[in-house]
Formats: sequence, structure tokens, C-alpha cells
Amino acid sequence: MGAFIVRRLLVTIVVLLLVSLISFSIMQLVPGDPAVVMAGLAATADQIQAIRVQFGLDKPFHVQLVRWYAGIAVGDMGQSMTLGRAVGQALIERLPATIGLALVAFAMTIVIGLSAGILAAIRQNTWIDQLIMTLAVVGVSVPSFWLGLILIIVFAVTFDLLPAGGYVAFAQSPRDWLVSLLLPAFSLALLQVGLLARITRSAMVETLRQDFIRTAKAKGLPTWMVICKHALMNVMVMVVTIIGIVFSLMLSGSVVIETVFSIPGLGRLMASAILTRDYPLIQGGLLLTAAMFVLINLVVDVLYAYLDPRIRYD
Amino acid sequence: MAATSTAPLANAPWRRYLRHPMFLTGAILCLSVVLLAVFADLITTRAPERTRVSQAFTPPGESYLMGADNLGRDVWSRVAFGSRVSIAIGFATVVLAGVAGTLIGLLSGYYRKLDEPLMRAMDALMSFPAILLAVGITAALGPSATNAVIALAVVYAPRTARIVRASTLVLREMDFVAGARAAGATDARILLRHLLPNCLGPLVVQLTFVFAYAVLAEAALSFLGMGPPPPAPTWGNIIADGRDYLREAAWICLFPGMAISITVLGLNLLGDGLRDLLDPRMKIQES
Repeated sequence: MGAFIVRRLLVTIVVLLLVSLISFSIMQLVPGDPAVVMAGLAATADQIQAIRVQFGLDKPFHVQLVRWYAGIAVGDMGQSMTLGRAVGQALIERLPATIGLALVAFAMTIVIGLSAGILAAIRQNTWIDQLIMTLAVVGVSVPSFWLGLILIIVFAVTFDLLPAGGYVAFAQSPRDWLVSLLLPAFSLALLQVGLLARITRSAMVETLRQDFIRTAKAKGLPTWMVICKHALMNVMVMVVTIIGIVFSLMLSGSVVIETVFSIPGLGRLMASAILTRDYPLIQGGLLLTAAMFVLINLVVDVLYAYLDPRIRYD
Repeated sequence: MAATSTAPLANAPWRRYLRHPMFLTGAILCLSVVLLAVFADLITTRAPERTRVSQAFTPPGESYLMGADNLGRDVWSRVAFGSRVSIAIGFATVVLAGVAGTLIGLLSGYYRKLDEPLMRAMDALMSFPAILLAVGITAALGPSATNAVIALAVVYAPRTARIVRASTLVLREMDFVAGARAAGATDARILLRHLLPNCLGPLVVQLTFVFAYAVLAEAALSFLGMGPPPPAPTWGNIIADGRDYLREAAWICLFPGMAISITVLGLNLLGDGLRDLLDPRMKIQES
């Protein structure tokens, strides 16, 4: 186990170094002079030069790169162009809303996705199974931002049941916090619900075929107990392995969903950074989200290896 | 050797495909979208960019099938012409991500020394949330159809590379590869003539899903203002334009979103169907 963790850690460090290199390279992709693009159309030559100096763009590539890594090492991702403050600080401030949104969406994903998948597996090849699997494939096909707009039309405009947007901090009112997140979280979750339902169904079908399930049934255990105690444990292990992917999909979706529902989170910050060509902020946002994904996957992998010893000898 | 280098695609009799309900539904949906794109000129009566303010917010009806938007543009015409952009960007992404991903996957699966560095680079690229990386790249390169394709290819090539690598790893240990090598085949010949054709099944399935992701991602990109710039009609653009008029003219958003959903659904069903048909092993795992 120790050797596995060490090897996994080394790989993580390599990937993190590459991730930060890719984030850094975003600025290098800008055709021509990034300082000109960032300064905007009305900028004078002096202003452009000031930006060049401020962001170290006047230095050679390798100096910029060393500075970037040195900065990251002490948690400094540079200064935002448009906000006039540290990128790291601006990102961290926006994190709670996005994490809140992701948590509610994650809860929906697990509850709906798992139960739909299990139900489909138990009622395999019946109309219930077919209906659930049809809904699941529709779920992974609908664009989340459009679903969000449709939900706004139905629940906010037509029936006036839920707010059309905005965000209430959890500390302010947990109830309003949840209400403000219901529509965006569902829009964000539907894709993952579809994915999870499909994965759960196939894992469950596979598990229900195993000998130990037959033994459990033969012992005379009631069906719900066979499913909950024996089969579900096996399925849960599989679910753990996709947590990283689900998280990544949610961060991806949050860019559009937070824009649609005016939620002051990381995604909306990134969407505005993109429109204002705030490259330092874009670099920082990319680095932060990718690093979170890498670290979550590290934890998941170690947990998984702990749960299933076969993995360690891969 | 000749038999092993035949693509599994060629072996499958077409009747099997037509009898597969998922494949058939997917194929019909995709075909309708392709027809919509090809005949967009013929089946619309107004140019997609033509504004007519007096007709603004005309609800869907006889004269405007899907209604008119805030500038009096014909939503049906914009949706029909928008299909061209979605299909073109999706297809170009599939080609670019497919070629790059296949090459990386073959090299990394065949040459052990290249495997670690190439796969760690792919891991790093796949660590970024897909849409975020795509918008980051287009924000740097500038919003345009070409740059959207480049960004989406960067996002989806690693996912393709992984699939090809996995197949290559298994195939390279097989006797027919040793046979080819003994017969004096060069590495390039082994890779392209022997390994590649045997990866085609999983590759085609994967690329169908890449097409679906790319259509969704392009819509999100356009919605955020990072796709082909307006007034070019793209499904994402139209939804972004209609967003401000949800209350009075929901149809502006409604129809392009349905078009996206139908296209992506068609591609997903096609992919699921192809997976069943081309790789029976995976079907057992899945069902």
C-alpha cells in the first residue's frame, strides 16, 4: 500500500506540473502581443507598455515560466487585469457558491441517478427499464444551459414557484440558499444523473448475476436486503471511481449554468474573465480547477486501492 | 494476415444494423439533421441574417414557423442554417481529434518509452474541465469557428488517444503482429496496416460520442460568446440572443435548444448502437 501511494503521488506531482504548464501556455497562445489585446482598443503605447511590464510580458519566455512556477509555489497566481487584485483571492472568494451548487447537484445526481439505475436493473428488460434508460440518454443529450432556461420559463416565469436566478449565502439563510440553488443544481445535475443511471444499471445487472447474490437469495434473504446490503455495496465502489469525473463535469457546466442563473461563483467569474480577456484570471481559474480535479482523483484512487486490494498491484 | 487487417465495420452485414432499434433511431435523427443542413436554402424562405423590425416577436405560426426574434429574424431559418455550423464544427473536431488522438494512442501503446510521457500529458489535458479549457483556448486565440475546432480538438483528442492506446496495448502482443514483424514489416506498416484497422471499432464508437460532445460544447461556447461571432446563426448564439426575451418570446430559445438536443440524442443513440454492434464484448459489460 505504501509503495502504491508513493507511486501515485509521484504521478500526481508530474501531472500537476504539466497542468500548470498548460495553464501558463494559455497566454502564449494569444496571437501577436497579449498586452495589446488586454489593454483594449483605446490604449496608448504607454499603457500597453505598462501592462507589458506589470505582467512580465517584456521578459523572455523562460523567465516568465520560472516566475509563474515560483509564484504558484507560494500560492501567488498573479494579478487580475480587470479586478485589480490577486487572482488567487478572487477565485477563492467565488468558490463557496460553486461548491454549494456542486454539492446540491451532486446530492441530486446520487439520489436520482442511483435509484433510477437500480430500479432499471431490478426491472431489467421491462417497460420501466426501457423508460428509465430512454430518459437517461435524453438526459445526457440536453444542453444544460438550455435546460436551465426552460426551467426558468416553467418554474419562475409561468408558475412563479422558484426564483429565476440569484444566490443567497448559506450563512444568511440555509432555506433560501437551497431554494436559490434548486433550478441551477438540477440543470447542472441532469447530465450526470443520466450517466450515473446508465453506469449503475450495468454495474447492478452485472452484480445481480454473481454467485454470492444467488447464495444470499438462497439463504432466504428478502430481495430488498439482497439489493441493499450485498449488491449496492459493490455498485457503490464503482460509483466512487467516477466522483472525479462527475466533479469535473460539474465545474465545466458551472461556467454556463452560473451565467444563466446569475450565481456569483467560479464559473461566472471565468465566463466574464473570458469576455474581458483577463488572461491572468483565466490561467488561475484553469489551474485551480484542474488541480482540484487531480487531487480529488488522487484521494479517490487511494481510497479505491484501500477498498479493493487488486488495484494496488496494477 | 489479410483477414486480420479487415475492419470489423466491413464484416457486419447491413441488415443487422437496420434491425438494431437504437442504431436505427440514431441514424434517422442524424440523417434528418444532415438533410436540414444540406437543404437549408431550399426549406427556408428568408435569409437567416435578414432583420425586419416590424415583424419582431411574431409568435410561431403560419408565416413564421418558429416565430421571429427581437430583430424580426426568422428563427426557423436561423435554426436551419445554424445546423450547418454545428455539423461543420462537430465534424471538423471529430477529424482533428480523431487523427491526433489516434496517432498519439498508437505511438503510446506501441512504443513503451513514449507511453509514460504521452499519457501523463493526456492526463494533464484531461484534468481541465472540458468547457473551461475550450473557452480558455478560444479566449486566447480569438472567437471563430476555426479556433473553436482547435480548442475542442485539444479537449477531445486525449479521450480518443486513451481508447486507441488501450486497444493497441492488447493488439501488439498478438501473434499476427509478431508474424508481421517476422515477415519484415516496418513499424510504420505494423502501426497503420495491422494495428490501426483493428482499433477501428472502438475508435468509431468513441468518435461518434466525440461528435455529440463537440456539438454540445460548441453550443456552450457560442452561448458564452466564444463561438463564431454574430450575426452568424449558431444554435448557441440564437439561445444567447433569446435569453433576454424569455418572458415575451420563449420560442427564440426553445427551438434551437430542441435542435441541439435532437442532434446530440441522435449521435448518442448512434454511438450506443455502434458499440453494441461492433463490440459484442462491451455489450455484455454494459447490459
